Amino acid sequence: MSNEPSGEGSQGRPMARNSTVDAVVAACVMLVGGVVIYEARRLGADWGSDGPGAGYFPFYIGLILTVCGAAIFVQSIRARATDTGTFVDSVQLKQVLSVLLPSAVYVGAIMLLGLYLASALFIALFMIVLGKYPVLKSIVIGVLVNVVFFAMFEIWFKVPLYKGALEPLSFLGY
Amino acid sequence: MEEIGALMHGFAVVLTPMNIGLMFIGIILGVLIGVLPGLGGANGVAILLPLTFSMSPTSAIVMLSCIYWGALFGGAITSILFNIPGEPWSVATTFDGYPLAQKGRAGEALTAAFTSSFIGAFVAVLMITFLAPLVAKFALKFGAPEFFSVYLLTFCSFVGMGKGNPFKILVAMALGFALAAVGMDTVTGQLRMTFGLTELMRGFDFLIAVIGLFGIGEILLSMEEGLNFSGKSARINAKVVWQTWKELPRYWVTSVRSSLVGIWMGITPGGATPASFMSYGLAKKFSRNGSKFGTGEVEGVVAPETAAHAAGTSALLPMLALGIPGSPTAAVLLGGLLIWGLQPGPLLFVEQKEFVWGLIASMYLGNLVGLIVVLSTVPLFASILRIPFSIIAPVIIVICAIGSYTVHNAMLDIWLMLVFGVMGYVFKKLDYPLAPLVLALVLGDKAEDSFRQAMLMSQGEVNIMWANPLVGTITTLAMLMLFWPLISKLIALVRTPKVDDLAAQRPVD
Repeated sequence: MSNEPSGEGSQGRPMARNSTVDAVVAACVMLVGGVVIYEARRLGADWGSDGPGAGYFPFYIGLILTVCGAAIFVQSIRARATDTGTFVDSVQLKQVLSVLLPSAVYVGAIMLLGLYLASALFIALFMIVLGKYPVLKSIVIGVLVNVVFFAMFEIWFKVPLYKGALEPLSFLGY
Repeated sequence: MEEIGALMHGFAVVLTPMNIGLMFIGIILGVLIGVLPGLGGANGVAILLPLTFSMSPTSAIVMLSCIYWGALFGGAITSILFNIPGEPWSVATTFDGYPLAQKGRAGEALTAAFTSSFIGAFVAVLMITFLAPLVAKFALKFGAPEFFSVYLLTFCSFVGMGKGNPFKILVAMALGFALAAVGMDTVTGQLRMTFGLTELMRGFDFLIAVIGLFGIGEILLSMEEGLNFSGKSARINAKVVWQTWKELPRYWVTSVRSSLVGIWMGITPGGATPASFMSYGLAKKFSRNGSKFGTGEVEGVVAPETAAHAAGTSALLPMLALGIPGSPTAAVLLGGLLIWGLQPGPLLFVEQKEFVWGLIASMYLGNLVGLIVVLSTVPLFASILRIPFSIIAPVIIVICAIGSYTVHNAMLDIWLMLVFGVMGYVFKKLDYPLAPLVLALVLGDKAEDSFRQAMLMSQGEVNIMWANPLVGTITTLAMLMLFWPLISKLIALVRTPKVDDLAAQRPVD
């Protein structure tokens, strides 16, 4: 398929360096570790009247998170001069967001329209917009895939899926 | 030979038309999962797990374990035909498999890969048949400190055997434990780390994490690389299969060595990837054609595939005998046991004889069925990879969403899946391993329980971990593993280490 996203042109502008993202993630890990320690202490991280408290084990987990996060943070700062690798460039970021953002909208749509209708729309729109397929073909594939899912889950395995707040498919009786 | 009798009984349990049918469905779904980008053994089994809630545990495990075998077989197809390793442990298969396909000998490479996978798995299942009951019997005597020391060893071996930054391995693990702690505390009943959100009372389900981390994360990664598959075509006919089979006995030394490496490494967690690399390296060193490795040697396909499959199968031994899974997929299967109402651990061999031996019998049959299915249907599966990514990607995202929803019928889980997906993408790019995170999330509560019980027994004294020779040995071994990165650095100071030229290509998993 010539209209597939191709890797050839990924010579985009660097958006973030590896060492920078490494440091940011390490800082987040330290933060999470801090929260875990705080929560563990609130729950009782030491010996209660009847044994170890609810925060006894999480306390040490938080400690490991904080210490290791700090170590990775220091490592990434020290590697800044030598590690100039790109974490993501502008073309790659665009590609990733072009999947991630529609997926987030899709999950939002599930809440309103239910799994089947939202999925059919998602597949069809994804094919039209990103894959540049003809509209009719995309809609047919989107609907067909979901008819198969409907048959599989509602009829064969009797596992009901989310119908959405608006229940657009309620006329089917499922 | 008590085991033989039990095994025969297992065969009787499994050999019903219903179970044989499920076996075929499982294998086909598994190969499909192994071939498609974004779906692998772990998240494939996780997505299909809810479909088995209404089945009997034996039928369910037969189908799910066959999905696992299928995924192991499927990884070889993408490695050889497309030079894309579907799973971390099939990276080593690309070294010689893809050059063979480029030379137009794809059929030979695939036959060799499938056959050696089968042999590796077969040897490993033989080992499980006779060793697992012994280990389980031994483990019946375990108390809380012993169990905690085994958990400790499991997690410390990730640090000792894993590739990459030991701090990142520890962070991944601790994050898993922290996520596992969210929700109701199993001992005191207190709510932990829910911050007043009632939805978090249930805690984080590891199935959601697996689907997000491996499924959505993998889709995002593939998207970034801009996938345009350019694969070699493969035709397998009876003649090619027969000719390759006639050639394979020549490599019996490699097969035996690789099986043993695979079994040894597979019992320890995260062992399949190092096992495949180690066995490839050993074959290269000992083979007469060692210098030609990398240019398309059948022996270079046999070695990693045998080891990876042997290791993947052996990963089920600690899961069955001790209730401690050796790989993310084994962890998902273990989660399945809990959902079907079985308590994993050494007692399984006493209380659920039918289930355990049915599973072991299905390992023999499943791999045989798998070999037949993949040999006959490779062109079909290879053509699936030619479906454009802009159709495959949304369908896989939809499947992941459905899979996450069906676990608890909760809408929040689909959002969580998306968050885990982004986390998986970032972690994968920064070389944080995902396997320890998943295993910690699954085992978190149980590891914590055994830790608290051990501490209760000793009134908070840590030296209970060295109270008797057994627990002392395991704990010391765990500490050795934990500090192995440091120890190996010290050794390197004394003697110059030999350069491992394969190490750079080994992925972090």
